[in-house]
Amino acid sequence: MIKQLHFYGGIHPAEDKVAQSVPIVEPPILETYIVPLQQHIGAPAKAVVAKGDQVKRGQLLGEAQGFVSAPVHAPTSGVIREVTTCLGPSGAQVPALLLASDGEDTPAEPMPAIDWRQAPPGDLRQRIAAAGIVGKGGAAFPTVVKLSPPPNKKIDTLILNGVECEPCLTADHRLMLERAEDIVTGAQITAHILGAKTILLGIENNKPDAIEVMRQAVGDSGIKVCSLKVRYPQGAEKQLIYAVTGRKVPSGGLPADIGCLVQNVGTAAAIADAVCRGKPLYERVTTVTGTPLVSPGNWRFRVGTTYADAIKLAGGVKEDPIKIISGGPMMGMAVYSLDIPVIKSTSGILLLSQDELTQFDVRPCIRCGRCNDSCPTGMMPGILSVQIENQRYELAEKWHVMDCIECGCCAYTCPASRPLVQHMRRAKAEVQAARRAAKAKAEK
Amino acid sequence: MTTVILLTVTGLVSGLAIGIVVKFFGTTPNPLEEKLLELVPGANCGGCGFAGCEGYAKAMADGSAKPGACPLMNDAVVQEICALLGVESEPRKPMVAVVCCSGDDDHAQRMAFYNGVNDCQNAMLVAGGGKGCVYGCLGLGSCARACPYGAIEIRPNHIAVVHPELCVGCGKCVLACPRRLIKLTPKSAPVHVFCSSPERGALKRKFCSAACIGCRKCVKEAGENQVSMNGSLAVINYDNPPDAAVAAACPTGALRTTAIMESTKG
Amino acid sequence: MAEHMSENTIRLPDTSKLVISSSPHLHEDDSVRRIMFMVIVALLPACAAGAWFFGPRALWVLLVCVASCIASEILCTRLMGREVHVDDGSAALTGLLLGMNLPVTAPTWMCVIGSVIAIVLGKMIYGGLGYNPFNPALVGRVALLLACPTAMTTWVAPMTNHLEWAGVNSVTQATPLGVSELTAGALPFSYWNLFWGRTGGCIGETCVPALLLGGIFLIALNIIRWQVPVFYLATVALITGVTHWLAQAQCAPPLYHLLSGGLMLGAFFMATDMVTTPLSRKGAVVFAIGCGVLTSVIRIWGSYPEGVSFSILIMNSLTPLIDRWTAGKPFGTPRRAPREVKP
Repeated sequence: MIKQLHFYGGIHPAEDKVAQSVPIVEPPILETYIVPLQQHIGAPAKAVVAKGDQVKRGQLLGEAQGFVSAPVHAPTSGVIREVTTCLGPSGAQVPALLLASDGEDTPAEPMPAIDWRQAPPGDLRQRIAAAGIVGKGGAAFPTVVKLSPPPNKKIDTLILNGVECEPCLTADHRLMLERAEDIVTGAQITAHILGAKTILLGIENNKPDAIEVMRQAVGDSGIKVCSLKVRYPQGAEKQLIYAVTGRKVPSGGLPADIGCLVQNVGTAAAIADAVCRGKPLYERVTTVTGTPLVSPGNWRFRVGTTYADAIKLAGGVKEDPIKIISGGPMMGMAVYSLDIPVIKSTSGILLLSQDELTQFDVRPCIRCGRCNDSCPTGMMPGILSVQIENQRYELAEKWHVMDCIECGCCAYTCPASRPLVQHMRRAKAEVQAARRAAKAKAEK
Repeated sequence: MTTVILLTVTGLVSGLAIGIVVKFFGTTPNPLEEKLLELVPGANCGGCGFAGCEGYAKAMADGSAKPGACPLMNDAVVQEICALLGVESEPRKPMVAVVCCSGDDDHAQRMAFYNGVNDCQNAMLVAGGGKGCVYGCLGLGSCARACPYGAIEIRPNHIAVVHPELCVGCGKCVLACPRRLIKLTPKSAPVHVFCSSPERGALKRKFCSAACIGCRKCVKEAGENQVSMNGSLAVINYDNPPDAAVAAACPTGALRTTAIMESTKG
Repeated sequence: MAEHMSENTIRLPDTSKLVISSSPHLHEDDSVRRIMFMVIVALLPACAAGAWFFGPRALWVLLVCVASCIASEILCTRLMGREVHVDDGSAALTGLLLGMNLPVTAPTWMCVIGSVIAIVLGKMIYGGLGYNPFNPALVGRVALLLACPTAMTTWVAPMTNHLEWAGVNSVTQATPLGVSELTAGALPFSYWNLFWGRTGGCIGETCVPALLLGGIFLIALNIIRWQVPVFYLATVALITGVTHWLAQAQCAPPLYHLLSGGLMLGAFFMATDMVTTPLSRKGAVVFAIGCGVLTSVIRIWGSYPEGVSFSILIMNSLTPLIDRWTAGKPFGTPRRAPREVKP
């Protein structure tokens, strides 16, 4: 067993993983699904079906446009009722297809299964791209892009992320308990594609059952299961790499720079599905939880299930929530509509009750330094936030604002309740805009 | 006594030194530039597109800027500068900024209470700010803070309103608005479309009672060459603007003469 | 649970009153007000000790300082046309600290003027809590020390017999540090008296156990960093120890220095003030060592017998610089080649 390594800084919020003992439930087929054509980072998919078309489960609805993009597949069989737009969790309108299901759930002809041990990596990459697989940890970056590192960067270590350090969320935990074999297969496929020698699986030690199940599942496959100290944000890419390998991703660099690649366990399971069963990615395990809910749990939702349907499946609410969050409580996005659909990256739907609400207050920093102590990237969020308030973005860049991973540790510990993460996001956007402008100027 | 002598000598020597340095190493300012510097307004608003008034004066002196680019100068000063530079003065159109949105709290639906940094650009990062219309004014005052002339007011019902009598048309607010709602329009144009949403009319109606719903009544009233349609949004041809009477044709009040809209509540 | 939940009883949330905000949506249960309140609580034992040794007038001085600090903050924020946030307790804390730094004989008008200077010139003029570069209570104290040196350095002996309230108050006595400069060699106070605070001095600075109690309470609550008092006191002990060893006749021993004057109060409550000290732990250590060096230098070679206030104020002015020097390198900035992973 690897020594319980951890990273610098971090916090330990209340875990509140109430749904961790609730097995994953397969929900019934719903009447309608609203399937966004952009469920990933990058260019939105281009619709290949039109209004009135009959589709089958798993059929291609939208094809990827460009390299950093991903196709979208039908969650069930039915009719495309409308080509429209829908609200995404970020508050922007995204193109979407309204699919009225016929209740039959007829599957489309699956892609042929591939014997991955014999197949060349190129074929496997192609399959992963065709199955529309994106990172299921939250950022939804197209997996095939991640699996195609530049030739000068050799990846020797694949790290599976089963940490699930976000409080409240239990989807990955349940997935590890229930689909351990698929996760192992997915990891082996990924390692095969990359030619990685070492596979490490990081799990926080508050999930002893998952550690046990995964240890049994890996058998003698050479995958090493690492039990990690419970500390948020243990599951952040750079922090996880440091914890399990001791390597540090250079500031401003990528894990590939030090020969590592981090993949969520959900993504690994989806890769196994795509390669061994020819099944594209149109469903995911999502935790629906929060004190206002009648019965929190974990569901295998088809993409396009609206939050309203998800909450209905969780038995509705006992009291009205004050916040609805897409994702976990530390990094999730607050949303204001129940018409938002579950997408490939929705790891959780969290409802907060009135007495769990914490308000941000725009009061001055009292320089207590707690943000400093908790920041896993070693920045000084307190000083940065004051610079950003004064719109000194170029100064913030010098003080390393671009290293911010938006984990929220600083704002969690801030006794003055300053909206520090929002300041950082704003500064990052401004610095990026300035860099783009400078680049455009240099090219001209 | 020695102190007095010492200080006097020190003063004389350093004065002489400064004089010599200025004489031999100092840059001789361009006399034309100096004259121009006296004529530019000195507000440093950046409306001309150069770095402050000094930058503009310099650019005019070397011929890379036109005398009419400053929104703040009156015609007499422009004529004077033209005479100095020996160029023909071009006719200028005084511009004024208009916030093309009617979505105040009385007309547009607010879907959620926003809690965070009191700034539109920051609010945009949080679920788009929580306004039903994702194209509407957030009313948190990024433009008002960017305005060097204090011409933008955030009304109590959360909408930005430009006061045309204070606005010089420098365009700073245009860049500050994250929703790109602010347009520079000719001061002479009497009516504007106070809506910027490209959505379908029905969807706009759902969230805002004062949106342009694309009914084409104004087009019929004023004619295609004065008002045209871009999807379901009326667009005024500012080269040939319609007169104020056309506003009466608008059923929602999106097309009107004044920025401030009467409250429909109470 | 789903069995007895029929379709029509399922309630969907009302979305009309939702709040949206940036992540994180969790927050540690702490606030500026709680921090200030806890510091005030931690100061109470020392205040009580002050009242016990110097008589009930000590309480009057403290009360006047607290009240006039709160009043001047309210007045100031009103004049500045801002929201009044006096309920965060920072003004009360400044008042209490200022009062504890005054002799019990300080006239009421002096307390009021000191408080007004502390709040107006020490804090509000810079924009209020969080923006002041100097510890406001120390600004008030030093202003009074420079303006009314006699009143600020007239000390009364602590009461030994608490049955005779009135009689003892008028006996003046020099502070341990004042004495140690004059007559070196033999110690004018026993360590025991110094430790318990049975010496002349400011209201809140003499009783070491009470201050230690409060300081340890704050360290336990993670409100102050243990590094600051430890490094501060250690530096003073080291320097005074060396000088005492070199010149036994002129310099008091280190323990005498640690137990006397405002060192304990300064090390636990003034050098740990959040607003005016460095952000990082590394910076806090640098700050504490700097305070220790300056305090020792002023005490041993300076013309003032006490140097805690000045040393902390001087180090306050260096805080932005220390912050810059000790700014952490972001995670992943290479210091040495990355470790080889063992297969």
